Order: sequence, then structure tokens, then C-alpha cells
Amino acid sequence: MIALPLFGFFALLTVGSALIVSFSRSIVYSGFALLGTFFGAAGFYLFLSSDFVAVTQVLIYVGGVLVLILFAIMLTNKIEDATTSNPSLNRIAGAVLTFVLFLFLVGILSGTDWVVQDEEKFASMVTPIGNALLSSYLLPFEVISIALLAALLGAVVLVRREVR
Amino acid sequence: MISLVHYLIVSILLFCIGVAGFLCRRNALVLFMSVELMLNAANLAFITFARFQGNPSGSVIAFFVMVVAAAEVAVGLAILVLVFKNRSSVDVNEISLMKG
Repeated sequence: MIALPLFGFFALLTVGSALIVSFSRSIVYSGFALLGTFFGAAGFYLFLSSDFVAVTQVLIYVGGVLVLILFAIMLTNKIEDATTSNPSLNRIAGAVLTFVLFLFLVGILSGTDWVVQDEEKFASMVTPIGNALLSSYLLPFEVISIALLAALLGAVVLVRREVR
Repeated sequence: MISLVHYLIVSILLFCIGVAGFLCRRNALVLFMSVELMLNAANLAFITFARFQGNPSGSVIAFFVMVVAAAEVAVGLAILVLVFKNRSSVDVNEISLMKG
């Protein structure tokens, strides 16, 4: 019975922080609100009995992506214009387009007969994920590791200073 | 009880907030954060389907999405810092050298 209030808490945390990320006037607030979204998503993954994905979410997103984004915020904005560095434009067109997309997605959600096979119980996903990664998804796994290596090398090459 | 539809509603909300932020903001960093929101929404949908189908493929694809997001952020922020060094602004309306 505690599941429903907890779900509501995580939904509020995730969606509320996402609203701050997208619509806050200060870009520093946006960056720190991203923390709430990532932790809320990790909470949902725990609800969905994907414990391993939840831990990875915290490690990669909070430990890696968020720190990188905060560093970039500090590097590209002066402190004095932190509150005005985040203007918006095209509000009406953006709102209309987003609303149309929202209606489209809700239409799909309500119009589809979702197949639910699993019953409601917690079962750890670590073993199935490991088996899938090392059997049917072995080639994509290797390819994506090389892609990640190439991207990281590319980032280093981009920002290094030329040495003669 | 909490069903598949509840998770998908949260996912849709997250995705639409990301799209709205991407369409309405001008600071390139906020565009990055909005893309992260959309990727998280997609991940949430993937994990939901994996859980309710009892099929680990959705979780594996969510991992791949995370890796792609990490790579995208690394390269994108490197480019952004370079653009800021050259033009001292990350406003996407002023980065129009290629007339896009």
C-alpha cells in the first residue's frame, strides 16, 4: 500500500524537476534541477524491478553527464548574467507544437491494447540482462563500446590546445 | 495498483516537457538538458515495456541509449566550449555562420 504514494512522489519529483529544467530563468537552476529528474527516473527503474539499470542511471547520468553539464555551465556563463542568460523565444509556436505532440502520444496510449505478461512481483533483472548482453546483443555491445571510445577521443581532440 | 499506463503517462509528460524546452529556449546548454529529458523519457518507456513483457531486451536497449547519451554529451559540450571561446556566446540564434 506504500507503493502508490511513493510512485506519486517520484512522479512529482521527476515531472516537477523537468519543468524547472525546461522553463527556469536561471540556467544554474536548470542544471541542478536535472539532478531531481535523474534521481526520479532511477526511482522508477527500482519500481520496475530493474535494480541494475537504476544503479547505472545514478552512476552514468548523475556521476558523469550531470557533472559535465554543470562544468559546461560554469565555463560558458559569467556569474553576473546567470539569471538572464536563458531567454526564450517562439513560446506560442512551441506550445502549440508540443500540445499537438502530446495529444498524438496520448491518443496512441489510449488507443492501443497493451499486452501485460508479467505479474506484479519484484524479480531482479541482473541475470537476464547479463545473459542478453553476452549472447544475442554481443555485437551491438562491442560496436557501441568502440563508438564511446571514439566519441571520448574526439572530445579530447576537440578541446586540446595545439602543441607545436 | 500501478499499471503500465501510469509509467507511460509519466514518460509522455517528460518527453513533452523536453520537446517544449527544446523548441522554446535559445541557450544551447538548455537544449542539451532538454535532449537528456527526452532520452530519459524514452528509457523509462523501454524499461516499462521490458518489465511488463518479462523481456530483458528493453533494458539492454536502455543501456545503449545511456551510452549514446554519454557520448553525445561529451562531444557536444566540447564543441560548445569551443564555440564559447570563439564567439563568447552560446545563444543558438547567434551561431548562424553556416546559415542553417
